[in-house]
Amino acid sequence: MAVADGVHWIGALDPTLRTFDIVLRTANGTSYNAYAVRGSHGVAVVDTVKESFSGEFFRRLEAVADYDEITAIVLNHLEPDHSGALPELLRRAPRAHVYLSVKAPLMFKALLKPTDAVPKGFTLVNTGDRVDLGGRHLRFLHTPFLHWPDTQCTYLEEEGLLFSCDVFGCHFCDARLFNDRVGDFRFSFEYYYAHIMRPFREHVAKALDLIEPLDLATIAPAHGPILRHAPRDYVRRYRELSGRRLINEAAGERTLLVFYLSAYGSTRRMAEAVAAGAEEVPGVRVSLYDLEGGEAAPFVDLVEEADGLAFGSPTINGDAAKPVWDLLSSLSAVNVQRKLGAAFGSYGWSGEAVDLIEHRLRGLKFRVPFEGLRAKLTPTEAELSGCRELGQRLARHLVTPDALLAEAA
Amino acid sequence: MPKAKVTFEDIGVTVTVPAGTRLIEVSERVGAGITYGCREGECGTCLTRVVSGQDNLARPSVLEDQVLKDSFAPRHHRLACQAQCLGGEIVVRPA
Repeated sequence: MAVADGVHWIGALDPTLRTFDIVLRTANGTSYNAYAVRGSHGVAVVDTVKESFSGEFFRRLEAVADYDEITAIVLNHLEPDHSGALPELLRRAPRAHVYLSVKAPLMFKALLKPTDAVPKGFTLVNTGDRVDLGGRHLRFLHTPFLHWPDTQCTYLEEEGLLFSCDVFGCHFCDARLFNDRVGDFRFSFEYYYAHIMRPFREHVAKALDLIEPLDLATIAPAHGPILRHAPRDYVRRYRELSGRRLINEAAGERTLLVFYLSAYGSTRRMAEAVAAGAEEVPGVRVSLYDLEGGEAAPFVDLVEEADGLAFGSPTINGDAAKPVWDLLSSLSAVNVQRKLGAAFGSYGWSGEAVDLIEHRLRGLKFRVPFEGLRAKLTPTEAELSGCRELGQRLARHLVTPDALLAEAA
Repeated sequence: MPKAKVTFEDIGVTVTVPAGTRLIEVSERVGAGITYGCREGECGTCLTRVVSGQDNLARPSVLEDQVLKDSFAPRHHRLACQAQCLGGEIVVRPA
């Protein structure tokens, strides 16, 4: 299937897939898009397919090129759904030189380790590096974390064609291939962004800085429809999605969210004291939420925008209560690295919850500089005063310029 | 406490930090362009070129050396999540 002059789609269709990578659902299956680009000196293969679809991939490749003509293999991303056919392709195309991102060598080594495939040679490429195929030039754009560290895009200059890898992709299988021919895939596009790209929105914004200035005739992603009609609409949509999800009424202020659960009111009183202490510090907007009163999903939106988070939970049978874990296990969809975190809670017999929450926060790469607070059963005035102090310390930490924190470290 | 002066060439910012600070901690605070992943010396994402002042960074551990080798890192490259500033002046930029 021709995508542009001398450019062919050589990917594979997987219409029966319903769950991708354990976590993503799809009502339409998916496609593994790979491409062949012909120049006067040789042919470049851009990405491959999932290993079990190799047969389909090689049949399509053989229809447009001989293996001896393949001089370049471009790997925009080494995840197995795009690199599955690589070892066999290296065996069949002995002249091919591999081009991959500067962040990819560790993964490249791990990928080839169990095989006997050896590339003729490989080059690590970065933004601005080019490959001349003879009258056609491939230019690389380093776009790390969209959605792996190694992800890059490859731009075919003469055609204004961007091989965008997972960027602008979606799990949607339709043999008509092109966005002006396939069924309605808007939901799949949005869903894919929300699950794959959202945790990396700062990196999305940086990648768009590289992509937006390009002359774009077509975007050819590694999954889902090829975007030849109004490709820039999808770039604009990514720019919107990478912005703030909620209107920020606390603009110019730092934000602290205090989440709690409470069976008899003790942890609630601790939460109220943490919040009240934080409120005393100017420049910090504090919000208090009872986790019993909400679903995890909208809280995730709040967490994404917050600067600091404190979690209060009683201990039940040696553990924190489930709604805390429901929220703390839903945060892989957003970036929480380096946010400020803290834990507190009342307990009856043993008080493991605070420690367990702190461990989880550290595992998520929160900063947890202040020791959590535990109160046996009903908190005393002194213990509530400790909670107010914790709130103040958290708030002061949030409004202290980073440079001063570095000095104090 | 001994201090080190770190310059991030890509954004033209110089900051003074206490000895022992890891490059990634400073880079993140000043908004330099060093990307990172695990922050534990495993993934190699935060590979950084040390333009000058190599000797003002603590020497790489055996594990960091292995990741640098497997990443085909050229000379004077370090993992920002591992490299600790010792003192003096250090100039870095994203690899």
